[in-house]
Amino acid sequence: MARPPSRRPGHNRKAQYSLFASYVVAVTGAAIGLLLVIVAIFDPTGFAGIRAVTAEVTRPVSAGLKNMVSGVSSVDEVLAAYWRAGSQNVTLRRQVEADRNRIIEAKAVAQENARLKKLLKLVDEDASQLLTARLISSSSSSARRFARLNAGRWQGVLPGMPVRATEGLIGRVHSTTPNTSDVLLLTDTGSIVPVRRANDNIPAISTGAGDGSLEIRALSAGRNPFKPGDLLVTSGIGGIYQPNIPVAVIVRVQGEIAWGFPLANPSRVDAVVVERAYEQVVTRPDPAAPATTQGAEPGNAATP
Amino acid sequence: MIDRHLYHVPRLGRNPSRFRLAGIPVITVMLGSAVTALPLIAQSPVMPPFGLLILLSWRLLRPELWRAWIGLPLGLFDDMMSGQPIGSAMFLWTVMLMGVDAIEHRMIWRSYRQDWLIAGFAIIVCMAGGLFFARITGGGDVRFLLVAPQMFWTILLFPFVVRQCARIDRWRVMA
Repeated sequence: MARPPSRRPGHNRKAQYSLFASYVVAVTGAAIGLLLVIVAIFDPTGFAGIRAVTAEVTRPVSAGLKNMVSGVSSVDEVLAAYWRAGSQNVTLRRQVEADRNRIIEAKAVAQENARLKKLLKLVDEDASQLLTARLISSSSSSARRFARLNAGRWQGVLPGMPVRATEGLIGRVHSTTPNTSDVLLLTDTGSIVPVRRANDNIPAISTGAGDGSLEIRALSAGRNPFKPGDLLVTSGIGGIYQPNIPVAVIVRVQGEIAWGFPLANPSRVDAVVVERAYEQVVTRPDPAAPATTQGAEPGNAATP
Repeated sequence: MIDRHLYHVPRLGRNPSRFRLAGIPVITVMLGSAVTALPLIAQSPVMPPFGLLILLSWRLLRPELWRAWIGLPLGLFDDMMSGQPIGSAMFLWTVMLMGVDAIEHRMIWRSYRQDWLIAGFAIIVCMAGGLFFARITGGGDVRFLLVAPQMFWTILLFPFVVRQCARIDRWRVMA
């Protein structure tokens, strides 16, 4: 293909000026873009409000598609279940019989536990859960790992709230729009979670590697205390994540660094739970405050 | 008419609507950027930046279609859809389009292979720039190797995307 003629306006003054003006606009716009990025260095969520427009528009589409996909993705499981229906039935029946005794025992223990707690006058209200929602899309083309949650400011979600699934930690809320919010996933390179080894409290810091794995550095000096197979749970330090949420299992140890794999896979979990920040849950309101506000606290804590 | 097929031949003296001529390329680029709305929770950067690919395809296929400033609105939309900081694609796409203008100015003659080469460079520049912006705006230590596979198959995908754009283009200019 030959060089296009339109880039050389020739002696036509009007065409020359128009071409020049287009470059002035382009350079100015590029400079503004650069400025916005520089602002984002200091305030990463500053202009994220602009995103509300597209987030709100694409939300119904993503949520609808997500419903379809979650139905389709479990088709293989349903088929596999039919394939082994007979043998599975027998195994499950045995399992149920074995479990029945356990359940009765557990109920007894729970009752006893409640009675003992009453004796000790321990207050154990778990007011941390805010709501359950679905992850509907993600930043699949970017180097950052954000997932979009189908609940936002109007539902009471605030930036900084931890997000978890039953299997383990997913991440925390990064920014919110009226009906959606962006969740910074555990595996993002900017996501730092204080963790500890589940069985002996060795503290460590988990940082995402961006490719689905986690980089885990022990806080103690000396040789790396971790070995493959170790389970990590949140330590509760920092006041965002509650303690004892499962985070990762260590798969490889390499010098100072241990590599872990998250226990909860955001693409497989059906729904996630948004929790209140740990600090907010454990901090009691001022004793001087009237008792009515204290009673209403668990329900209203997150409403802005 | 003798030949029935001639009914479907574009008739002389009629032009397609302005919306079809100017709007369709913009809409295709925006749809490419909106691919991230699909319900896919990615654990690593796997999705090729379709917005960038389609923009490049139109730019190289139809040099007279857009001036370089088109990178601003389309880049802003891409920033809103992707997880990149706002302003990242605005800057990178505009600078990339001006770079393509400059290269085109120097080149006397170019064909499909040169187009692919230009697109490959543009993709590498835009994705490396996006990685750099992600790193300085709180992304922590993002390694270049993380986006290398994505870069690779984005470049491999360019010929396919440019074909589809050419197909849309044939329909676009037909009356």
